[in-house]
Amino acid sequence: MSVNLTLLIVMGVLYACGIYLILERSLTRVLLGLMLLANATNLLILATGGYAGLAPLFSKSTDPHDYNDPLPQALILTSIVISFAVTAFMLGIIYRTWALARQDDIQDDAEDRRVAKTPSFDAEDDSVVPEETSEFPVTEVPAAAKEGATE
Amino acid sequence: MIAVLAVTFAAATVAPWIFRKFQRNAFYVLAAVPAGAFVWLLGQYGAVYGGGHGSTGGSSTGGAIEETMPWIPDLKLEFAFRMDVLAWVMSLLVLGVGTLVLVYCARYFKNKDADLGGFGAQLLAFAGAMFGLVTADDLLMMFIFWELTTVLSYLLIGYARTRLAARRSALQALIVTTAGGLAMLVGLIILGQTAGTYRISAILAEASTFATGPAQAAVAAAVVLILVGAITKSALVPFHFWLPGAMAAPTPVSAYLHAAAMVKAGIYIVARLAPGFSDSPAWLPLVLGLGLATMLVGGYRALRQTDIKLILAYGTVSQLGFLTMVVGLGKPDAALAGLALLLAHGLFKAALFLVVGIIDHQSGTRDIRKLSGVYQSSRALAIVAAVAAASMAGVPPLAGFVAKESVFEAFVHYGADPASEPWGPVLLVGLVLGSILTFAYSARFMWGAFATKPGVDRTPFKAIKPSFLAAPAVLSFLTVVYGLWPDPVDSWIQPYAAVFTGSHDGGTTASSAGHLALWHGLTTALGLTAVTFAAGIAMVYARNFVSRAQSRVPDWIDGDRAYQRTIGALDDVAVWVTGRTQRGSLYFYLAVILTVAFAVPLTALIMANKPIPGGLYLIDPNSPLQVIAAAGIIVGALAAVRANKRFLAVLMVSVTGYGIALLFAFQGAPDLALTQMLVETIILVAFVLAMRSLPPELRDRTGGKYRVVRVIIGVAFGVTMIFVAIYAMGARISNPVSLSFPRLAYEGGGGLNVVNVTLVDIRAWDTFGEISVLAVAATGVASLIFVRSRGERIVKSASVPEGSVGRRPAVGGNSREEASLAMVRKFAGSLADPWLVAGRTLAPERRSIIFEVVTRLIFHSMIVFSVYLLLAGHNLPGGGFAGGLTAGLALTIRYLAGGRFELREAAPISAGMLLGTGLATAAVAGFVPLIFGGQVFQSAIFEFWLPLFGNIKFVTSTIFDIGVYLVVVGLALDVLRSLGGEIDEHFEETASADAKRSWASTAGSAGPVSDETATTVPTTKRTP
Repeated sequence: MSVNLTLLIVMGVLYACGIYLILERSLTRVLLGLMLLANATNLLILATGGYAGLAPLFSKSTDPHDYNDPLPQALILTSIVISFAVTAFMLGIIYRTWALARQDDIQDDAEDRRVAKTPSFDAEDDSVVPEETSEFPVTEVPAAAKEGATE
Repeated sequence: MIAVLAVTFAAATVAPWIFRKFQRNAFYVLAAVPAGAFVWLLGQYGAVYGGGHGSTGGSSTGGAIEETMPWIPDLKLEFAFRMDVLAWVMSLLVLGVGTLVLVYCARYFKNKDADLGGFGAQLLAFAGAMFGLVTADDLLMMFIFWELTTVLSYLLIGYARTRLAARRSALQALIVTTAGGLAMLVGLIILGQTAGTYRISAILAEASTFATGPAQAAVAAAVVLILVGAITKSALVPFHFWLPGAMAAPTPVSAYLHAAAMVKAGIYIVARLAPGFSDSPAWLPLVLGLGLATMLVGGYRALRQTDIKLILAYGTVSQLGFLTMVVGLGKPDAALAGLALLLAHGLFKAALFLVVGIIDHQSGTRDIRKLSGVYQSSRALAIVAAVAAASMAGVPPLAGFVAKESVFEAFVHYGADPASEPWGPVLLVGLVLGSILTFAYSARFMWGAFATKPGVDRTPFKAIKPSFLAAPAVLSFLTVVYGLWPDPVDSWIQPYAAVFTGSHDGGTTASSAGHLALWHGLTTALGLTAVTFAAGIAMVYARNFVSRAQSRVPDWIDGDRAYQRTIGALDDVAVWVTGRTQRGSLYFYLAVILTVAFAVPLTALIMANKPIPGGLYLIDPNSPLQVIAAAGIIVGALAAVRANKRFLAVLMVSVTGYGIALLFAFQGAPDLALTQMLVETIILVAFVLAMRSLPPELRDRTGGKYRVVRVIIGVAFGVTMIFVAIYAMGARISNPVSLSFPRLAYEGGGGLNVVNVTLVDIRAWDTFGEISVLAVAATGVASLIFVRSRGERIVKSASVPEGSVGRRPAVGGNSREEASLAMVRKFAGSLADPWLVAGRTLAPERRSIIFEVVTRLIFHSMIVFSVYLLLAGHNLPGGGFAGGLTAGLALTIRYLAGGRFELREAAPISAGMLLGTGLATAAVAGFVPLIFGGQVFQSAIFEFWLPLFGNIKFVTSTIFDIGVYLVVVGLALDVLRSLGGEIDEHFEETASADAKRSWASTAGSAGPVSDETATTVPTTKRTP
């Protein structure tokens, strides 16, 4: 089996840079990191195709081994266009964040922090239940109200 | 049996409508259902006991009716029901008490009570579930009914939804019984898999072989797990606390679920399994130990209660422990005594709960410190209660006495057996102690509920309607009949007891199981009863002393508190774990995820310790130029990381993108190279459009030690991926499937471009999924920017005033900028003959004559070329993706040259329309072959001759590719409209707002007017 180190080294560099960028707070850099990761992954898939070869345009006299593997190519083709769609979507998010909040940074989730500080006491679970010795306490209340009214 | 279940559940389903019509009297209608089933059950007596006669529909084998219906054969799951002696006796109790409780409900509830319909439905469904539970002959079927009773009991206990006590105790009961139920499910599955069948009757028939066979340990574990389920359900120590808690339920529910039916489910399981598994090693210690502990704890706690309902609840706990011991002993005489006690307990405990309900209903309290003189108010009620309580205490000549005598008899017999040493006598003493406690709390109940207490005012007590009292009266009447004439009950139970003898000769059965009778002669058991009475009466007389002594003992067994602490600790752990892991920082989450993502494969690689596979090469001999592109990509990627200007970073990422296009080309992938180039270009434009309003600098906010961490994670991830890729590719041993693709593409797909045929034919499903994603993403982009619509309102450029779009605000003064602006405007005026349709709408300073001319020249060529790519793609590089992107690029050029109105002139169709049409076209291409008897996405090849074109070979997958083309154009159009046109409009809105504001402020401050008039100037100037 053939392994093209050139492609793999480029892939490794792209992965490293992409990971470094998506660990940023700036949304723009996160997006750039995602694009690098997508490119790196495309290269990984490409590398599985082995040696460079003929473009996979069929001719009867060619041995199938002489083509560059068409299956990874088909996978990458879909991946490229999907990456475009994802990038456009992320751009929409970045613009909207900017338009709404004037910032390009990923904020910490306040709700998560609030949950982390939740006390374990919960009224539904932990409050003291008054002792109830009747299912028909209603009969007592009007009586008391009547007494209150007459006084 | 299946019919009975079907009718019951069907009636439960329509119950709410019955209630709407009849209000609370609907309970009578519902009661008719279990009553009818009860009558049916009596009719089956002959079939169950005689064997073979009178069965309806089902087959009858060995004195039992069986009915089966397939359900999920693959899981060996079927509706298997079997009515044998045990099921018949249990059904008597379930259906009989069920009927009476429903009758009682009709007077217990008021018409105005909320949710009566739902309540009635649940209660009736519960009766059905309970009937199903006792008749199911399939372990899994039985479990389903078991859980049904749990869920329904949750709903029934929580009937008073507005009361915290009801909600909480309903949840508590649910959690405890479900936890046990899960253990039981595991046990049932182990048992079923070991036995190879889930039929309960079949498993029991072969139980003796499991006890000694190779699967001995598995079966023993299964039995323990099943017992855990039974223990939680029947509220045995240490899970007994949920039952008193569940007293928050309406009293009829307590009478049915917590006395006669649901809590008996655990006893039923014990009784069902005892014939086969009572020899299992953990069986007797669990059943007898926990049973005795429960009996004593329950009795002790019952003496401390001041709520008559709670006295009964703890009494029930005590009796359940008692029953478990007797039923689980696994001896014929104990089996006889156990079922006798089960029936007796069902009768008297249900009656007592119903009496409590009446007292509560009529007087408004259940507190024995407030109740006084109820006996004088209603003697009939007191007599009904007294009969039931006396039966509970074991007073002759009532049912309780008959049953308890036989229990003592059985345990005296067991204690005399040398095999039971040393526990037999201990158990006997425990039983007697428990019975003394039972006597004492029975007396306490009667005294607390009915006695006239000195110093307490007589409780106001409304008169009881006979219809209200009927249900408990019937139960008490049956208690008396059962006591005086136990022979029928004896004959019902004997066949069950006979199972334990192991032999089939009736003679020994009779002698070993004994008989139920009022008078057995002067036996040891009678002596024990006498002891019980004497001690019990002594305790009643010394009740003040007893309660003082009890109040001095601390609560050393409090399951409820333990439960609360467990739940509280769970809460604490949950909050702690959540707080440590869910910190709200995306950086943190990603760092954890990515670290795991590289650490796990890396560890695996190191642990595997394999040599690096061969076949590595640095420079591909077929295309050495790759190295140059590779160097460019690496430089671009590093520069993108370092860049601190936004657009510089974007450009550097583009460099890597174009570099990769080169790599594709060198590798032998022209389609990829083409597509990558087009995409990279459109993305660059989209970036610039979307980011024009953002500040040019990119601030690096996460510096310091985080930067080091990021570098480490990034580099480690990259290196790991390199090695993972090397090993993964080195592991390949087979030829790639794609070796056959070229031939497949040519012969099956009718195309020369293997990649394109792969996309539109060989892997068409994949592509269809992908274009759906594209449509979703395009819609997402549009909705993010437009928020409300897709910007479908098409404004004709003719109606837009000349030079109005993107006009720059006046710069002011005599600066160079102002001068050049004036120059541009002068030239723009001479552009009489527009190159673009809507070019004139653009502000003159935004127009570029060269760009407009070039656009005019190349736009149509590009569109034609895109169509060419689309159609030629089947045989040459190209296809729907490349074609669509080219068309998108052409539209981009139109937009950049002529603004958003130009874009609308160029594509006067909504992007959503394009996306929808594209998807529909692709879908049609997929489905049409089905009509002609082919498969989805199968393609057909037509060859014909056309004048001018010559021989044409048309492949139907081209239609699919047209769909792809349309979707891609739609995506590009959405991106341009959203990130381009709509953001333009946002800009102009804010710019004009800014202009107004700055104009007002300059007018106010720069003018020669004095400070006093400054505020008035803008208003006066604005009026004309």
